[in-house]
Amino acid sequence: MKRFYGTELPNPLMLGTAQYPSPAILERTFRESGAGVATVSLRREGAGGAGQTFWAMIRDLGVQVLPNTAGCHTVKEAVTTAHMAREVFGTPWIKLEVIGHTDSLQPDVFQLVEAARILTGEGFQVFPYTTEDLVVGERLLAAGCEVLMPWGAPIGSGRGLSNEYALRAMRAEFPDVPLVVDAGIGLPSHAAHAMELGYDAVLLNTAVARAGDPVAMARAMALAVEAGQLAHRADPIEPRDMATPSTPVIGKAFLS
Amino acid sequence: MKIVLNGETTEIRAETLSDLLAECEFPGRVATAVNEEFVPAPLRNGHRLKDGDRVEVLAPMQGG
Repeated sequence: MKRFYGTELPNPLMLGTAQYPSPAILERTFRESGAGVATVSLRREGAGGAGQTFWAMIRDLGVQVLPNTAGCHTVKEAVTTAHMAREVFGTPWIKLEVIGHTDSLQPDVFQLVEAARILTGEGFQVFPYTTEDLVVGERLLAAGCEVLMPWGAPIGSGRGLSNEYALRAMRAEFPDVPLVVDAGIGLPSHAAHAMELGYDAVLLNTAVARAGDPVAMARAMALAVEAGQLAHRADPIEPRDMATPSTPVIGKAFLS
Repeated sequence: MKIVLNGETTEIRAETLSDLLAECEFPGRVATAVNEEFVPAPLRNGHRLKDGDRVEVLAPMQGG
């Protein structure tokens, strides 16, 4: 498995920590899925210090924490959020999101590249949430990113891989770069699909957290990414239009 | 003085950012910004607040 800024992950499943029915279910979901990365966020601290309880639980899980800049719409907002996240979470990892479109939550790739350039220059290890655009991918790498995270479909939509052709092209264009499908996964088959294309990991949240049984769904996702990865390494056959018999024709009895 | 703390107008006695965190009993692991600029923890002691400042105190939270 490829390393993410020098870190080898225990498996290719990255999970978000939002929207679970309860903290106890969130904790069980991580423990039973074996996910090695947890995305987290920063929000205003309320009375009673709810954030501290949450942080204590995540810390006890022993997973790699990936803070995000969710909800940021400008370079300045994302860069400031990244600075605050680095101090709070004590990691140079940052999932860089700069949202450009309200309904689709599509990244603003122009501001994304600029924010990535600033943050990598300051020692951050940037995981950019981007589109499947190859030129943007090139620019992000030139800006110092060593990982790319194209969307599968809009965040929370559960639509799976909207543009398989482009994701396949991205994999071919950047064979040595760790690539993560981030967002849009709804089912284990979607996650397996991403891994079958040769992606290195899948990042998802809603599909697990909003499932009727998040713990079971996370286990299904973990099995799916493992299956997809194994399948990719096993060199799958190419699809074809016509049937070919799998049972040998030679030696068949003449019985008509 | 009056400041805007996490979006709420708040009357405070504290004169510095670190005193504000103590006065409002914010727990340990938070990050701070004043008027949209990040103020790292080591600089909170020396950061004097003034009337009308907009202070953000952020903590770890669930995220995707």
